Amino acid sequence: MAWANQDKTAIVGVGATDYYVRGKSWPRTINDMAGEAILKACADAGISIKDVDGFAYYSGAGAGYLDKFDTASLMETLGMPHVSFSATLTSGGGGCVGAIGIATAGLINEDCTYAVTVMALQQLPQHRLGVVFGAAKPNPENSFLQPSGLVGPGHLMSVLARRHMHLYGTTQDAFGEIVMATRANTANRPKAVRKAPLTPEEYNASPMLADPLRRLDFCLETDGAVAVITTTMDRARDCRHKPAVVHACAHGGSREWGRAFAWMGMPDPWFASSGHKFTADRVWAQSGLSAKDMDVALIYDHFSPMVLMQLEDYGFCEKGGGADYVLSGKIRYDPATGRGVNGGVPVNTHGGNLNEAYIIGMTHVVEAVEQVRGTAINQVKDCEFALASGGPASLPVSSLILRKA
Amino acid sequence: MMTAPIKYGPARVLPGEQISITTNPDTEPFWEAAKARRLTACQCAKCGNFRMPPSPYCPDCSSNEKAWPTLPGTGTVFSFAVCNKNPVTGEDYVYVPVVVDLDGAPGARLVANLTGCNGEDVAVGMKVTVEWTPISEGWVLANFRKI
Repeated sequence: MAWANQDKTAIVGVGATDYYVRGKSWPRTINDMAGEAILKACADAGISIKDVDGFAYYSGAGAGYLDKFDTASLMETLGMPHVSFSATLTSGGGGCVGAIGIATAGLINEDCTYAVTVMALQQLPQHRLGVVFGAAKPNPENSFLQPSGLVGPGHLMSVLARRHMHLYGTTQDAFGEIVMATRANTANRPKAVRKAPLTPEEYNASPMLADPLRRLDFCLETDGAVAVITTTMDRARDCRHKPAVVHACAHGGSREWGRAFAWMGMPDPWFASSGHKFTADRVWAQSGLSAKDMDVALIYDHFSPMVLMQLEDYGFCEKGGGADYVLSGKIRYDPATGRGVNGGVPVNTHGGNLNEAYIIGMTHVVEAVEQVRGTAINQVKDCEFALASGGPASLPVSSLILRKA
Repeated sequence: MMTAPIKYGPARVLPGEQISITTNPDTEPFWEAAKARRLTACQCAKCGNFRMPPSPYCPDCSSNEKAWPTLPGTGTVFSFAVCNKNPVTGEDYVYVPVVVDLDGAPGARLVANLTGCNGEDVAVGMKVTVEWTPISEGWVLANFRKI
């Protein structure tokens, strides 16, 4: 059944700071960067910050994993006259695109008129996400995980990747192809952190951090902020750009995934998956669409194998067929035609978290907006539908389909 | 473009003195048993299903009654990674985090280190037996050794 809120809201403004290599954003403060992103998103939408009256966060309103946003503090900083909606999704980056659904909830409920979703990340030495699990104080739950020396999310996900290799014969070549194929999309992007084309030899020379994963299978550690403004369709038509229409949006997941790699109790086939099948099925049901209808896919790529497993969970290929799909070139973008390769759907035309920047998923939302506006740097020809995803991580993970106005 | 497998050499458990844990009343029976070198897992006393880590309610029947049966101490490698740096000191140190399906406790897993073989020889499906590692504050950790 079609989603009751289908095509009723739209993302109308996007804003971002420069992207900095981890720690290099200092002496800027995190609220300085968040403010720049929010003000740029307002300017992009053609509205004033004084029009914004809603906050729809994710990651428990986290700014990174150790700082927190506070709505009152942002209002005080930015001079917002009042706020009538302030809500967040729980857990971590898995909610990034689902935050647009929270914004939609606030807008359709007439709690607010313009909702901002923001993420800022500043990884000073004591705030590195890459070691955040290992650095956390032991608690009764993580005392069943931490002693194993799985110190970071990449180490945890290497165990999922290994199971996928065991069950389906997936090889590290497929992980390498994901990194190389999306690297090819950053050469022309001024803000991207990694722009040089990547060869198989360079990929294979990358140090093995948690076998089967190499350093280049891990996403970038970057600083910066990204904000987007969501509003109702009637208001969206008065904004500066063509609206990026919210066509479907879901967050959550099934118990078999649950806390996922913080738990390691997932039965097959969930263990060697991205945990996205539940929200994928929901957005397909909400929209009546399927993977083949997408013109571009902005897939959360904190670690390369999780792209492969999302391709399976969304149905771009069969379960277990991710490696063959990827190795046949089907996630690549062909700049000459503005389309996919070998019948595939281009993935991460912005270079993703692996190559452009990692702001806990928000760069994927920005790229989805630019693709359906028709203003992307690596524009997909006649792009009508863009899929964006958040996670794989502890629930909720999330899925979003944006539609050209 | 695949490269030759890396020769890691012997897989070691991480040094116990750098590991600490905490407990709560739900999890403490597991750790008290480990102190006595007895491997257990949280079992629902009503429906018999296992769950790990121990939690207040059985996710299948919602009972809060728990049993702590003595398990054989053996298990099967469900998945693993091979790591090569001590996460605390950064020194070269080959260790293998494993996810182990516990014999006698269907659905219950432990995440631990594996020793008794080379890092490059670990495989999914390998049979293992518990190896007790003293850690800080007098607690004991269940690690595993290749059978």
